[in-house]
Order: sequence, then structure tokens, then C-alpha cells
Amino acid sequence: MPTKSARALSEAETPHSAVVRFGMDQPLLLDAGQFFAPLQVAYQTYGTLNAARTNAILICHALTGDQHVANIHPVTGKAGWWEIMIGPGKLIDTDRYFVICANVLGACMGTSGPSSLNPETGKPYGLDFPVVTIGDMVKAQAMLVEHLGISQLLSVVGGSMGGMQVLDWAARYPDRVFSAMPIATGAKHSAQNIAFDEVGRQAVMADPDWRGGRYLEEGTRPIKGLSVARMAAHITYLSEQALQRKFGRELQNREARTFSFDADFQVESYLRHQGSTFVERFDANSYLYLTRAMNYFDLAADHGGRLAHAFTGSKTRFCVISFTSDWLFPTSDSRAIVHALNAAGAPVSFVEIESDKGHDAFLLDEPALFSTMGGFLEAAAKARGV
Amino acid sequence: MTDAELRDHSAATQARVDYLVVADMVTPGARVLDVGCGDGALLTLLTERKGVDGRGIELSREGVAQCVARGHAVIQGDADTDLIDYPTDCFDYVVLSQTLQATRNPRKVLEQMLRIGRHAVVSFPNFGHWRVRSSLFFNGRMPVTANLRYNWYDTPNIHFCTIADFVALVDEIPARIDKAVALNASGAELGFNAPWWFWNIMGEQAVFLLRRV
Repeated sequence: MPTKSARALSEAETPHSAVVRFGMDQPLLLDAGQFFAPLQVAYQTYGTLNAARTNAILICHALTGDQHVANIHPVTGKAGWWEIMIGPGKLIDTDRYFVICANVLGACMGTSGPSSLNPETGKPYGLDFPVVTIGDMVKAQAMLVEHLGISQLLSVVGGSMGGMQVLDWAARYPDRVFSAMPIATGAKHSAQNIAFDEVGRQAVMADPDWRGGRYLEEGTRPIKGLSVARMAAHITYLSEQALQRKFGRELQNREARTFSFDADFQVESYLRHQGSTFVERFDANSYLYLTRAMNYFDLAADHGGRLAHAFTGSKTRFCVISFTSDWLFPTSDSRAIVHALNAAGAPVSFVEIESDKGHDAFLLDEPALFSTMGGFLEAAAKARGV
Repeated sequence: MTDAELRDHSAATQARVDYLVVADMVTPGARVLDVGCGDGALLTLLTERKGVDGRGIELSREGVAQCVARGHAVIQGDADTDLIDYPTDCFDYVVLSQTLQATRNPRKVLEQMLRIGRHAVVSFPNFGHWRVRSSLFFNGRMPVTANLRYNWYDTPNIHFCTIADFVALVDEIPARIDKAVALNASGAELGFNAPWWFWNIMGEQAVFLLRRV
């Protein structure tokens, strides 16, 4: 039986997902200024597209998520990352809506990324893969949505990096987005966000097994570096309160300190576990590319320095949601989005949800999140006649 | 009905009368911002009857969630601190319904409203009403009436004013009064020709349509 990491590697080329390939005749013009082709997009769908093609909802995944939003993950065997939100009879009811989730450009679960084979060399791209942006991810998703014959999405929904894609979708294709839910996100990365990502990237690149990005060819894997990157990042996904509540200063399966550098504390053991399970399913180079895409995201800069200009004349209905204890994308980031949408005259709703669970709250069972999203989606569906 | 139910019933009826007066002051199809929009009842009324393009601000998350579920675009925020973020002249009407007395700085809030919108519609309970006066005069106690149902120590209403006080503030800002309506305890409009002093005693609540000068 192949190991999880071997299975993960095979997902990059031949995923357990539907796949659409865009050939050399349909190149994707990247923000970096070059054309990318051929392009493969791996995606999952749930539910049925109605005859009027008006009930499609696109879910955008976060940095370490993927398209397996509401099904058993082919590598880890775990439930989909938003299965509490999406499924038959659930808030995003797949008996009623047609839900699409695509692996983003640059990732490692079947959409073209640095671990895909470069058709020119027959070897994995590695660092020859072009640096992509949030906008490039959205353009690739738009090609998929068009391929599926959908001219307007009922809603585009996502948290964190997924929320950045939601904002880019709404700015880039206002007529194709009836409603948008950017959650726990920002219209740009802060210096602190970029700083944490740089720590992660440097950890990966400092691992001798990274081999200048050519580890797949050389048969090594920079699991130590990627694991450290994940550990550092994971701290930013939780609040200080959540860490304290979960672990405090409790010791891990021992009565007393060992006076060593073993994982004495539960929090150490937890982070090590987060690191080691992450490297089984995620490609180190993809981690570099996706964090870079987030760092480069600055929607205002793309629109003459004024965020409101990104949404001028937009008829899309927005529902912006933040969490009180999220310090990675604090409420002030969401308020900046709301101010811009207001200035642009776009219909926008906003709530800040009380939670001590930090950034990751958007993935968890937060009743206030569910009631807000449910009410918004219901009203949007009603207005769209779904 | 018990006394409490009667009070609730009367309060609910009055709220609706108050909303109807506000709705009368708004032109059809206008862009309206409802500050302190609660569960969205006024926004719904304005959207259905006047076809307005309505938006709201509401302090409580539960209120925002109810508004959002009714299809309204409402932001969780505070009249005292968040109006400043709206561009000048982005609404035709900015409505403040029974909320002025709960703001920390009523004058600033009014000024912001008149900056954001060409018109401001303000409704508030009149602290000059005879019931309030008699409660103070005869009992020497802060009034607790159908319209003012809190004790002094737990009330969110920190800046009560009378109709005369409000008119003086409008003069100071300055703004123009395009229309004013006072409602008596049963929700009926007081005669238009009655003098201010009469309104100030008989009006339980008042609704003003203001315009920037």
C-alpha cells in the first residue's frame, strides 16, 4: 500500500477529482505577464445544476485547503474541511444548490502547480513554475465555471485566502457574482502576514532536502522545513486564549519536566503533530507559491490605490464576516473592505462574530457564523429566484 | 391583557405609527440609511412601500443577522463612531429612529447624518411630555412610562431631550426643519398649527425631517 505522501504526489497529476484541461489554444495570461498553458484544473461538485443554471455556489479554499470540501479526503481519509457547512440538508444545502470547489492554481491536489509535470521537460516544474497571484487563481476558476456553462454564480464563498479570491472574483467579474461572502480575510496582506509567511518559506528553503526546489527529481522531501513552516503558521491560526484553554502549561504524557528538548508540553506535541500530518499531504513548493500569492494580494493597489474603485458600480451583494479573536485577519481588515464597498455604493452587510477561537473560527461550528451565512444565502437565493 | 402586555402592545403600535410617519417623509426610490435599524422592520417597510434602496447600521449582531435574513444590507456598527466612514452625500435620507437619546454625542451624530445624506429624519421620545413632567413633579422620580420603560440606572437612553431642546439644537447646528410631526400617547398626530410649547407638553414622541443648510 502506497504511503500517504506517495498518494499525495499522485494526486498532483492524476487526482481523485474531476479534471478539466485547457490546451495550448486557451492559455491563461498571468499577472506576471506570461502565458501559462496547458492548464489543468481539478475540482469537486456536489448537488445538481438547475435548468436555469442559477443555483451554483463556488467555494474558494484557503492556503492549506483543497477542493475536497465536503467529501472524504483521498489522502488523509478525513472528512472534508467544510463538511459541517456543506451537504444535503446543511446550511449550504447540496439538495438545493450546485456547489463547486476547485483546487487553486499553484496548489498540489490536481490543479497545475509546481509539482505538476512540465510538458516541456517531462519533469516536475519545481521553481520553473511561474509565480502566480490570487487573481490568476480566480481567472483559472473562471475558466472552469465557464466550462461548466454557468454565466453567473449565486454566491462565491471563502475564508482567509479563499476570502481574497472572493474579493477578486467580485472585483474582476462583478456581473458573474450575484452574491459574495468574504470571511476572515483582507483586501491585502499586512507586513505581519508577510513576515510570518517569510519565516515559513525560509524554513522550507533552509531544509537541505529542499534541493533548490528540485526535491521531487532528486527523491528527497523537505519535510522538516515544511513542518516547521506549518507549526509557525498554525500558531497564527489560533488565538492566545484558545491555546491557553486547550493546552495551558499541561505536560504531555508525563508527570514532570524531563530536562530535555523532548516535547514536554502538550502544546509542543500538538504543533509537532500538526507539522508531521501536514507534510504528508502538502507539497513544499506549493506552500512557497501560495503564500507568495497571498503576500502579493493588494486589491487597492490594482485599482489606483483606492479599494473602493475595485467595486465601483458593483451590484453584487456582499456579506463580510470577521471574528473578534482573529489576529491574522483582524476585524479592521474586514472593516476596510466594508468602508470601500460602502464608498462604492455596493450593498454590503457586515458582522463581527464573538469567538475566542482565532482565525480558524471560520472552519468551526460557530452558531453565529451559521445563522448569518444562512440568512444571507437564503435572502440571495430568494432574490435570484432559486 | 395584563398591564405589561398592554404596555408592550401600545409600544409596538406606537413604533409602527412612528415608522409610518418616517415612511411618509421619504420620497419613493430614495437611497436611505437607517441608523440603528434593529431587526430591519423600518427598512422592510420602506423597501416594500417606498421602493427605497435601503441600508442599515445596527449595534447588535443578532439585529444584523435578522436584517440580513430579511435581505437587507446592514453593517454591524455604532452611530457614534462609524458614520464618519461614509462618504459625503451618499444617501438621500439618513434615518435615526428612537436612537438619538442613546448616542454618546447626539450633536455629532446629527452633523454626520446631515453630511452623509441631504436629509435627516429623526424620531425621539419627548422628555417634555406631561407624563414625564408629572412623574418628576408629583413623585420626584425619574419617569418609567410605556415609551420610556427603563429605570434610570439601566437605561441605554443617556441623552434625553425635549422637543424644545431638539429644536434649539437644530438651530445651533444649523439645519432647516422641513417637516415636524408630534404624536400623542395614542399615536395620533397633533395638529400642525399647534405652537411648539403645546407639542412639547402633549407630544409623547416627535419625528423631524431636517435638511442641510
